[in-house]
Amino acid sequence: MSHWIIAPVILPALLAPLIAYVMRYDIVLARAASFAGTLVLAAIALGLCLLAADGQTHVYELGDWPAPFGIVLVLDRLSAMLVLVTAVLALIALGHAAATGWDTRGRHFHALFQFQIMGICGAFLTGDVFNLFVFFEVLLIASYGLMIHGGGKVRLQAGLQYVVMNLAGSTLFLIALGTIYAATGTLNIADLAVKVREIPLEDAALIRVAAMLLMIVFAIKAALFPIQFWLPATYANAPAPVAALFAIMTKVGAYAIIRIHAMIFGPDVVATDGLTGFWLFPAAAVTLAIGAFGVLGARRLMPMLAFAVVASMGTMMLAVAAFTPWATTAALYYLIHSTFAAAALFLLADLVVSHRPEGDRLDPAPATVQNGLFAALFFAGAVAMAGMPPLSGFLGKLMILDALRDPGLMALGWTAVLAGSLLVIVGLARAGSVLFWRSTAVAAHVPADDDEARPEARPASLAQIAPTVAALAITALLAGFAGPVTAYLEASSGQLFDAGDYIAAVLGVQEVPEVPQPEPDATEEPAQEEG
Amino acid sequence: MELIVASSVGVLTAGGVYLLLRLRAFPVILGLSLLSYAANVFLFASGRLVINAPPVLNKYGEAVYTDPLPQALTLTAIVIAFGMTALLVMVALGAFIEADDDRIDMTEADGAGAASRKDGAA
Repeated sequence: MSHWIIAPVILPALLAPLIAYVMRYDIVLARAASFAGTLVLAAIALGLCLLAADGQTHVYELGDWPAPFGIVLVLDRLSAMLVLVTAVLALIALGHAAATGWDTRGRHFHALFQFQIMGICGAFLTGDVFNLFVFFEVLLIASYGLMIHGGGKVRLQAGLQYVVMNLAGSTLFLIALGTIYAATGTLNIADLAVKVREIPLEDAALIRVAAMLLMIVFAIKAALFPIQFWLPATYANAPAPVAALFAIMTKVGAYAIIRIHAMIFGPDVVATDGLTGFWLFPAAAVTLAIGAFGVLGARRLMPMLAFAVVASMGTMMLAVAAFTPWATTAALYYLIHSTFAAAALFLLADLVVSHRPEGDRLDPAPATVQNGLFAALFFAGAVAMAGMPPLSGFLGKLMILDALRDPGLMALGWTAVLAGSLLVIVGLARAGSVLFWRSTAVAAHVPADDDEARPEARPASLAQIAPTVAALAITALLAGFAGPVTAYLEASSGQLFDAGDYIAAVLGVQEVPEVPQPEPDATEEPAQEEG
Repeated sequence: MELIVASSVGVLTAGGVYLLLRLRAFPVILGLSLLSYAANVFLFASGRLVINAPPVLNKYGEAVYTDPLPQALTLTAIVIAFGMTALLVMVALGAFIEADDDRIDMTEADGAGAASRKDGAA
């Protein structure tokens, strides 16, 4: 049992109050602490990745309570990799926030940022569904603060919407957990995987309801079709570095769907028999369509990027919905790619918007000081996001198409991915030409009187551009090292679908489900329901 | 007993959803509180309803007991819901003071994207 497994949760949890209480008046100190903490986190995450690379499932029992009774953290290849992605993304977002001064436009940016990282890492590492709820709440409450960071009328209104939406989602999460507990008598993921497989088809009504409720809750976080409407307003109005960090938040929802629905309600389980994939697949296709049309129809840059995030979630969930190891590998590859592509575009958009007199409206405006540089970076970001070669989006989409060759999925899946990509390309190309090409044809007009709308005249410094370039470089690296990355991800999804290994690691040496250990709740359930 | 608990969960949820759909800050906050009460009562019931029984296993064999885990879950949920409601009130208050309007939905004119321009250029 390695104590390092809990470090990604403990480290930000200790750092955040320190920053909030000790360094609240000294932004330089807060920045340094936040950077150092995130760097250490990245190092720890790298170490955890190496630890998990041996293919074992490492379990950390909090307070040394044995598994189904105590809370466990579980480290396998998938969770280690996602913690690493979170840490790297956080470094990039922090770099941008510090270089552009976003963190000085309100209070407690760095403290909230660390709490957000704690929640995200915890959600990736936990092996207990209720604990997942608690970490969701931690990351949400920090995200509420970050979302309205800097204030302003529209941002506060959008923030209010976001908070209300997620509070309703949390309530639903609780109800789903109650239903699961009522049906199985446990909330430990490994224990659930055992118990749900034992439920015969005729008693499956309650657990089917719970599975669907859980999927709806995670779909809210992952911005899937009927409940994707909160995302564009939120991401478009959040501060840019926060929007970049939020790129991983939708993936937390996706991760939860992958983990819970592959482990517990997998396609081979009698009680829930393919229920999730049946609904998830069309929902993902519609999400992709909405995102693509949103990109095409957006009249502002920030909402357009938010819709591009929706489209990328749709693409990814198409692969997730297939619930096969290869499709999950493709989805995970696309997950890493779309996280960094979205972050790069949001950070770049912040630079462009702050240098344009027209803000983020897609109207022709005089060229910015660094029109050429911004145009080149936007081109690279758009290539990544739309899934064109040579960046990783192309490989990701290719893998997803390859994974969706099942005749039942192929017609809808391929149409959605290919047509969606086309629409996204057209939308991004249109935005790029308005922002960067037509701008050179417009003469600079006298700046308006109101100081608020005056654009930044100074060129962006190297430090301000570096985070965007770093995010783009990661998508390039992801394409360059696609072989090793895919090999790791293939091993991850292999491990993910080998529920027996996970169960054995968490619940101790005993082999996968044999004789059910009759718990009072499990046995009392039918009797009480009849009575 | 079952009827009372089930109908109270139902009534609380119905009231909460109705208030949530009013799209004004104050009713929405009340609605979310009602919803969280409904979720808490529901969580309690998920451990089966037992009256007058201790929440611990009796060491003398087959005694009746009530499941303690949902009570712990409910406690956690209450604390979280309490904190979230307090935060929601603060955010709603901030939005109301800034916008002079307590509507939850945003109007078309100042819809998505306007904030980033203002702050980005500031």
